[in-house]
Order: sequence, then C-alpha cells, then structure tokens
Amino acid sequence: MQFWIIQILNSLALGGLLFLLSSGFSLIFGLQRIANLTHGAFFMLGAYIGASLLREHIPGIDFWLAALIAGLLVALLGGLLERLVLRRLAGNPLGQVLVTLGVAFIISDACLMIWGGDPIPVPTPQAIARPLIVGKLAFPTYRLVVVGIAFAVAAGLYVLLEKTRLGAMIRAGVDDMQIARAVGIRVSVLFTCVFCLGAGIAGAAGVLGGPIFSAYPGLDADMLPLALIVVILGGVGSLVGAFIGSFVIGAIYTFGSTLFPDVAYFILFLPMIVVIAYRPEGLFGRSRA
Amino acid sequence: MIRLPLVFALAALIALPAYAGEFYVNLASQVLIAAIVAMSLNLLVGYGGLTSLGHASFVGFAAYVYAWLTTRLGAGNGVASVSALAATTGLACVFGLVALRATGLAFLMITLAFSQILWGLAYRWASVTNGDNGLSGITRLAPFGMSLDSAAGFYWMTLGVSLVAFLAIAAFAGSAFGATLRGVRDEPRRMAALGYNIRLIRWITFVYAGFWAAVAGLLYVNYNKYIHPSSLSIANSAEGLLGVIAGGSGTLGGPIAGAALITVLKNYSSAYVERWNMLLGFVFLAIVLVVPEGIVPGLQRLSAHWGVRKQ
Amino acid sequence: MTTPALDIQNLFKKFGGLPATRDVTMRVEVGERRLILGPNGAGKTTLFNQITGDIAPTSGSIRLFGLEITGLPPSRRAHLGIARTYQIITLFQKDTLEHNVMLALLGLSRRRYDMFRSLASMPQMREKARRALGQVGLDQLGQRKVSELSYGEKRRLEIALALAQEPKLLLLDEPMAGLSTNERATVRNLIASIPRSTTLVMIEHDMDSALSLVDKVTLLHYGQVLVDGDRESAVAAPQTREVYLGL
Repeated sequence: MQFWIIQILNSLALGGLLFLLSSGFSLIFGLQRIANLTHGAFFMLGAYIGASLLREHIPGIDFWLAALIAGLLVALLGGLLERLVLRRLAGNPLGQVLVTLGVAFIISDACLMIWGGDPIPVPTPQAIARPLIVGKLAFPTYRLVVVGIAFAVAAGLYVLLEKTRLGAMIRAGVDDMQIARAVGIRVSVLFTCVFCLGAGIAGAAGVLGGPIFSAYPGLDADMLPLALIVVILGGVGSLVGAFIGSFVIGAIYTFGSTLFPDVAYFILFLPMIVVIAYRPEGLFGRSRA
Repeated sequence: MIRLPLVFALAALIALPAYAGEFYVNLASQVLIAAIVAMSLNLLVGYGGLTSLGHASFVGFAAYVYAWLTTRLGAGNGVASVSALAATTGLACVFGLVALRATGLAFLMITLAFSQILWGLAYRWASVTNGDNGLSGITRLAPFGMSLDSAAGFYWMTLGVSLVAFLAIAAFAGSAFGATLRGVRDEPRRMAALGYNIRLIRWITFVYAGFWAAVAGLLYVNYNKYIHPSSLSIANSAEGLLGVIAGGSGTLGGPIAGAALITVLKNYSSAYVERWNMLLGFVFLAIVLVVPEGIVPGLQRLSAHWGVRKQ
Repeated sequence: MTTPALDIQNLFKKFGGLPATRDVTMRVEVGERRLILGPNGAGKTTLFNQITGDIAPTSGSIRLFGLEITGLPPSRRAHLGIARTYQIITLFQKDTLEHNVMLALLGLSRRRYDMFRSLASMPQMREKARRALGQVGLDQLGQRKVSELSYGEKRRLEIALALAQEPKLLLLDEPMAGLSTNERATVRNLIASIPRSTTLVMIEHDMDSALSLVDKVTLLHYGQVLVDGDRESAVAAPQTREVYLGL
C-alpha cells in the first residue's frame, strides 16, 4: 500500500510539474503560434538558478523565494528572446521554431559551462521535509505541496483567462488575431506578457521540481518531449487539455517507469498515437477547419 | 546532357584519395553521408513543405538495427543491411501514418516527440541497446570480399552509394510525382480539388525520405563502427535540418552544400570550441535571422542590397 | 424523371451556433445552367464547399448523378467529375501556366504516381495543356509564370484548370468578380461556349452579367432558398426585388 501511495503521489507531482511546464507552452502556442522549443531549457535554467541560490545559503532566500527569483529571471530572459529575436521573425513560424531550438541549445550548453556536469541537488524546504503520517501510511509532503501548487496555478490561470480583461484579450487573440487587433487590443504587448508569463512559470517550476529531479544537464531534453506530448494530447491552446494531459502523462510515465522500466518511454507513445489517430487536434483542441 | 564542370567535379571526387591525406578522405566520407541525409530530408522540407525534426531517428535506427544484428546475433553484413533498411522503412511507414495526421507546427512537434521517444528508448532499453555504452565491435562490411577498412576504400564505396542516392532522389524530385508533391506544398486545397490524395502523397514522400536516411545510417554505422544513443538526439536532427536550411531548401544541390558546411564546421570547431551545441545554436540563429533562404541565395540578396546602396 | 446531375436534399450547416445553410433543397438537371444568387453572407460559397467536400454538412444529403457523395473527400469527388473555381486565387503562382494546367490534367491520370518520368517528358499531356490554354485564349502565355499575369488572365486560367478536368459538374464561384467590362465579355463568351455535356452551376453576385447565360436561378438569403425557378419567374419574384433593392 505504501508503495502505491508513493507512486501515486510521484505521478501526481510529475503531472503537476508537467502542467506548469506545458501550460506556458500551450498559451504561447495558442496565442502566438510559436512552438517554443526553448521551454525545456527555461525549466532547466530555472532549476539551476534556484539550486545555486540555495547552495549559497544566502540568508533570507528560502526555497520559495528562490523559486520566485528564478521564475522572474527566466521570465526576463523570455521577454528578451521574444522582443529581440522572435519579433523579427513574425510571419515565419518555421524560423521562430528553429530559433527557439537554437536558443535551447545555447542555454543548455551555457548551463553546462556555468554549473558543470554534475547534478546539483535541491534540498526540500525544511518545513515540509517530513512526511505526513496518517495512520500507518506516510505521504511525501513535498509532493502533495507540488500538486497543490499546480492546482493553485491552474485555478489562477483559469481566473486570469476567464475573468480578467487581460484574459479576455488573450482569448480573443487566440480565437482571431485580426479581429483582436481591429478592436484595439495591444497585441504586441500581449505577446510579450504571455511569453514572459509562460517562461516565468516554467522557470519557477524548474525550482519546484528541484527536490524531485535536481538540476542536471539534459533536464531540458527530458522535460521538453513530455511537455510536447501533453500539449499534443490535450490539444494546443487548451488549458483544460494541458491539465488533463499532464496528469495522464504523469501517471503513465511514473507507473510505466516503475513497472516496465526498459520501455516506459515507449509506452508514452501509445496514448498520443491513439489520440492523434482519432482527433489530430488533441482531446480538447479546436479543429482548424 | 553532360555538363563539363560536373564531369570534372566527379573526376576530382573519385581521385580524391590520390591527392588528399587520410584526414580529408575521411572528412569527405562524412560529408557524403551528411549529404544523403540532407537530400532526403529536403524532400520533406523543401519539396514537401513538411519540416521534420525527427529525421536523425531513421539514420540512428537503421544504424542500431544493423549493429545489433551483426554484434548480438552474429548476422552477416548483407542480411543485417537489408533487415535494417526494411525495418527502418517500416518504422517510417508507421511514423508517417501518425505524424501526417497533422501539418505545419503540429507535425514538427510530433516528429520531435517521436524522435525523443526513440532516443529515450535507446538510452534506457539497455538490455537491447546497451544504453549509454552504445554498441561497438562492428566490422565494416566487405562486399564481394573487398575490405573497406581503409579510408580510401570506404570513401569510394560511400561515393558510389551517394551517387546512386543523389540520382534517385533527384529523379524522384523531378518526376511527375515530385511535381504533385510541390503542388501539395503550395496549394493543398487546390490539389485536393484536382483529384490528388494529399495524405498519400505526403506519406509516400515521408517513407521514401526515411528509406534514404536508413541508407545513410548504414554508411554511418559502418564508418564509425560504433553507435550511441546521441546519434538519435534532437541535436542531430537539428544539425541535419540546419544543413538543409543553410544550403537553401529551394534547390536540389543546396542541401548538399549546407551539409558539407555543417560537417566541416563541426570537424574543425571541435579543435577550438568545446561546446558544439552552443555553436550550433548560434549558427541557427545567424542563419535564420540573416539568410533564411539559405547561404547562397542569401549572400546574393545581401550583395545586391549593398551594391544598390553604394550607388 | 432522369437522374439529376446534382440533387441536394435538406442541407443544413451550422458553424457553432450560426446556421450558414438552412434546409437547402435543390435539383440541377444534367446539362443545365444554374445561377445561384444572393447577397454577401447568404451562404453561397458555403454551399459550394459542401458540394465539393471541403466542408462537411451538419445534416442533409448531396447526390451527384444519383450517387450519395456526403462524406467523400474532395479528391474522390474530383474523380467523380466535379470541378470548381475559387473566389480567391489558388493557382500555383511560381509555376508556368502550362505547368498549372498540366497539374490539373495529371490529377485525374494514373501518371500522377510516376516517380521516374518528369512532366516535361509527357508530350501528349503538354499538347492537351496547350489546347486547354487555347480554349481560354491564354495559349500565347503558356511559358509565363502565373505571378506575371493580370488578374483577369488569372481568372481565365482558373477556368482553364477546371475545364481541363473535363468535368461533368462545373462549379464557378464568382467567375467575373473584379473583372473589367472587356474581361467580363471574354469570360461570358467562354462560359457560353462550354458544352452542355458539362452541367454548370455558377455563383454570381451581379445578376446582369450572368443572367443571359443560365436557364434557372436559385436565390439564397441567410442560408435559405428563397426563390428557385426559371429565369423569368425568378427575376419577377417579389423576394428577389426585396433582397436586391434592399442592398
């Protein structure tokens, strides 16, 4: 029983982290039609920034602040990328994708150069380091917290999109860019905001994932395809799709890795294939007629 | 119509080992292998309008199948080669069926996801692929008993295979089918209304491109006598894509030039630059931002632009 | 009663909540010339798109020469004899006129899967292409690129592509839109010269140009058929006046 609790929480935590990662990706793609292949690198960079901040034991900087700082720094980087580079390639979606890939390579090698090849562990925040004991079962507290944060962010994004003006503008832009411009929505500012938001969430998520994965070279290459599969499965531009897809993939990957370690990666294939075969636009995506 | 410059170039290529040292002969072999990958990828990218980030997975998969059959099962080189080609083509059939349900960026993401899955499999299914250690101990094939262990011998075989590949791919691209492929790239709706089966045309191209990537994979594994999961990485697919774009996807010869450039750059830069991926990333940025249509057409455009400004 | 060329029954199309096609029933006999009229947004092109298979109807049936074609992809319908022109130019801009027509000819031929021989090495097809261009008066421009043509010439090329398919049912979507008076006359003569072996359904916004070319008229408004009859009665019908005077 204990084994299953651990597995379930692991899979939920992974699902939560994947949601944080893929929600940004999905928003950016839905709004700007940019497949931001730098997203995995944003996650990794955030993890490294958080890890090195915590390593220095700077007084006043605790785990949560480190996550926030990492998120802000990565958001800033994302904003620069969007404004200085991606903006120039407007109307050239292939070029934008290739550029984000190039930047991903640059970031990942830069991380290797700065932080070296050994994984840097990220300590679990003290306050929640001890497991939650209920009866005879122990629940890894940190993982519960991660899931909680993912739900909170999901709720926050939902409120943002459905209840605020900014959200309305984003939804308008996703639906029809021309009309959105025509009614006066400052599309340019909107693009940068969304890109920064997506990047920032990914960066903070990197730190949140730190106690589980640590920061290591190749983290970007491990996370990006999972995010892609989530987005393909759930449907691009759909937050609900990203939410459900993340937990599905989280579960498949975790249980697959435990039960069939050799071919876990391959098992991830299957739901994606099944979904694409029947609904190329993903479970919740809008079909582009 | 035989053009004299081409004849000279061909003669120079054939005679290469006579005047160039072993390092250059080996480099030439690498360039030719990269060129086959680039040409096959360009069928998808340039002619089909389908950008794939998973092409290296066909190269690597063929290499792995060949390596596994010869080192683990002790199969003969001929049997292993044919099996590798068949298996990879089969893989391309399946990948294509799924990936081509989408187009554009969705297609790109699916090919990327597929290729990462294959890479992940190569790393983790250690019982078959030997994981991070890769598969080694491969001996080069020896057609008709002729040894290809020498740089020159291998080079000549590679040259021969490359020429066949180039001719086949060029014929495909220039054929009636190739014309329909380009039509599908440019105006898919119109083509459907004219009676063309868009998905079938794209799928056939995908499989054909995958087949030639497999051929390159066989050459690759015989050249290195070793295969490692990193050959299936996104970085490798990206390199191939960069070669196509750098050379210019609009022409037949562009990708060959681009592949040559990237291969030479990679070989020489390793002496000065430790981080190839970072350099690759910067080259990507430079090319996409400055000369997106390819280096040669791009330089022509830029020099015309500067020439006009001077006046 | 002979099998009609096109038999549409109770066709409905809703985009989200918006009904673009409402209970359209239409019968076009073999060899007939039919004009579909209606103001902008009446659903004329949407109707065409459902006939060609670009859009799937929400409900209803479409029969082509007696065969139910709802659910068949556009490419299959082309092989069953449907050809169409588009409102927006969807020609192959970077290719020559001859190449454009050859693609139209190739679409219905087995040769389209030939992976060895180039189009240039198919002399019979080139000859057919030249003749098709001649039909629309563009044979002198065969080697020019489409991007070099004037708008009127491009429209004529569109028609040439459709005619090259030797269709049994030809759908023309506003063939005279944006043309000068002279060009209109040329296109009108061209349409008039199409043999009766091809059934013709034409969308035109402007009644005057197209009326003399057709036998029957169908008036669409807000996705519904308001008037459906021969030329004289359709023009005289009060709804027609209402719809067109209201513009």
